[in-house]
Amino acid sequence: MIDTTLTRSASLTKNQLPGWALWATFAASIVLGAAFSALLGFSIATFAIFAAVLFVAGSTIATRVVEGSRRAADRFATNLIYGAFILALVPLISVIFTVLVRGIPGLSMDFLFTSMGGMTGTVDNETVASGGPVLGGAYHAIMGTLLITLWATIISVPIGLLTAVYLVEYSKGGPLARAITFFVDVMTGIPSIVAGLFAAAFFGLVFGPGTRTGFVAAVALSVLMIPVVVRSTEEMLKIVPNELREASYALGVRKWRTILKVVVPTAISGIASGVTLAIARVIGETAPLLVTAGFVNTINLNVFAGWMASLPTFIYRQLMSPTSPTNTDPSTQRAWAAALLLILMVMLLNLGARLVARIFAPKTGR
Amino acid sequence: MSSKSIQGTGGAGRAGDKVFSGITLLAGCLILTVLFAVAAFLLWQALPTFTASSDDISGGSGFLAYIFPLVIGTVIAAAIALLIATPVGIAVALFISHYAPRRLAQGLGYVVDLLAAIPSVVYGAWGMTVLAPALVGPYNWLADNAGWFPLFAGPASQTGKTMLTAGIVLSVMVLPIITSLSREIFLQTPKLHEEAALAMGATRWEMIRMAVFPFARPGIISAVMLGLGRALGETMAVALVLSSGGLIASLIRPGNQTIAAEIALNFPEAYGLRLSELIAAGLVLFVITLIVNVIARWIISRHKEFSGAN
Repeated sequence: MIDTTLTRSASLTKNQLPGWALWATFAASIVLGAAFSALLGFSIATFAIFAAVLFVAGSTIATRVVEGSRRAADRFATNLIYGAFILALVPLISVIFTVLVRGIPGLSMDFLFTSMGGMTGTVDNETVASGGPVLGGAYHAIMGTLLITLWATIISVPIGLLTAVYLVEYSKGGPLARAITFFVDVMTGIPSIVAGLFAAAFFGLVFGPGTRTGFVAAVALSVLMIPVVVRSTEEMLKIVPNELREASYALGVRKWRTILKVVVPTAISGIASGVTLAIARVIGETAPLLVTAGFVNTINLNVFAGWMASLPTFIYRQLMSPTSPTNTDPSTQRAWAAALLLILMVMLLNLGARLVARIFAPKTGR
Repeated sequence: MSSKSIQGTGGAGRAGDKVFSGITLLAGCLILTVLFAVAAFLLWQALPTFTASSDDISGGSGFLAYIFPLVIGTVIAAAIALLIATPVGIAVALFISHYAPRRLAQGLGYVVDLLAAIPSVVYGAWGMTVLAPALVGPYNWLADNAGWFPLFAGPASQTGKTMLTAGIVLSVMVLPIITSLSREIFLQTPKLHEEAALAMGATRWEMIRMAVFPFARPGIISAVMLGLGRALGETMAVALVLSSGGLIASLIRPGNQTIAAEIALNFPEAYGLRLSELIAAGLVLFVITLIVNVIARWIISRHKEFSGAN
């Protein structure tokens, strides 16, 4: 009796690696990897590479010997996919870690509420010499970013919403609708710098060359923002059930009132989160601002006149041409603090989009 | 009284219907106008470059000689980015859709979407201050051991600000795009196909090769093309990371430049002919990305019926 169960279980697990085999391969590859790496002068990078290669090769060969070539191919692919995932995590974690570690020291109330007005290289040199806190901040850039993004939203949301309404509710799949859909898709792929060049070229032609204001930047950003708004709104309007429209028509309500009172309110959660995601996308754009808004160190709250600073261009300028060429540390610190602030804004907008979608979600009357 | 109010709203409604549909139509046409205007204004402002004598163009030998190295540089950077990001991106997408535990997968999908939203200037700053110094050692090693290969000819840059670094930063930026698009398509693979393959005794990898990839191929291609579009037009990462120069084959020496970075670095100080030169360069970039995007969309629309990747 005991004998039969033993043989049966043995035949079931025949040609299968025991559970501990992979762990053994893992341990062996770590030890061997460390040894090989030590031969070349130990470093974490070479150790990780050696250990990974040894583990992949070792487990594949072991599987091939015991379980056959098909299982070995499966094991190999699994290893590579897990490896790719870990490989992809390394730079992404590094980015977030760097921004946090370098950004947090510079983020203070002073940084948020002072501008770079009057900040010269001498001030930074004195700061470094005396070891005091870094002076100057990004208030002007924060206000610039908020104002420019606000205006971009004001321009693109109505246009985007109305176009989506046209595409879903009014067009009957005619050539114009197909052209709009196609070109909206194409617009999604416009490089951001080209959008900036367009706005600069347009305003340069109308208001004289070299016209750079916050409004020009807002126009450039809305070129990038409109297609995102159109696409997300279109998707949301499409999933509004037709029964709702028909019920409304049956009550004798006009089409435009049906759209405004029934269709749009039903889809509002998706639309609002789509708009928020579109804002998150353009708020970090740098290149178009560089060619349209210029960069200044002082506070300018008028989007229609004068150059305007923004957080992305602030980061770029502080890194590329530090305020004090000899002591770059204060500028670097400001740049990373601004980068942290920018990422926080984008993350908040993303989380906000989820929240908005939940809050405005239509009540299911069940 | 009630019939009066019905008539009242009816009259206003009729006009409202016309006005509202007119407004939506106008908005749609405005988008077409904007795209047309982008092309028209760029062309208009770029015109002086094409008519100017070749001596006046930067480099002194005509616009073609000026733009050619930039186009090649742009293509090199995008090619490096895609070579790295395509296999890794598809593998990460597979990991999230078919390998990771379900609860983890949802969170990972969200994280990938968040990473796609990190501003490019932050990636650029990271590449400039963290990645470039870290790569000096490997570059020296490459120059010593693989220097016979033209792409790795030494002496290696001692700041690490090279084309290869820029390409790697671009690949990190393109990765979330390729991953999130491919993941969506992988998730749409018909469950019955997968289960049929598994029921026939296929291993997980065989199931993926036989059921998932054939279904997702057009979607993967278009995801890669959209990533290519992003990599071609990406400005800040290259502007911050690359110490630019003339066209050279070696990827680990300073040199090369992309169109977008050239514009961003020179536009603020440019005027007159130089300005239209840069706008002409922008026009060239616009045309290149337009072609790439149109091809990508064409692939998507051709396979729309059964890929669901729209």
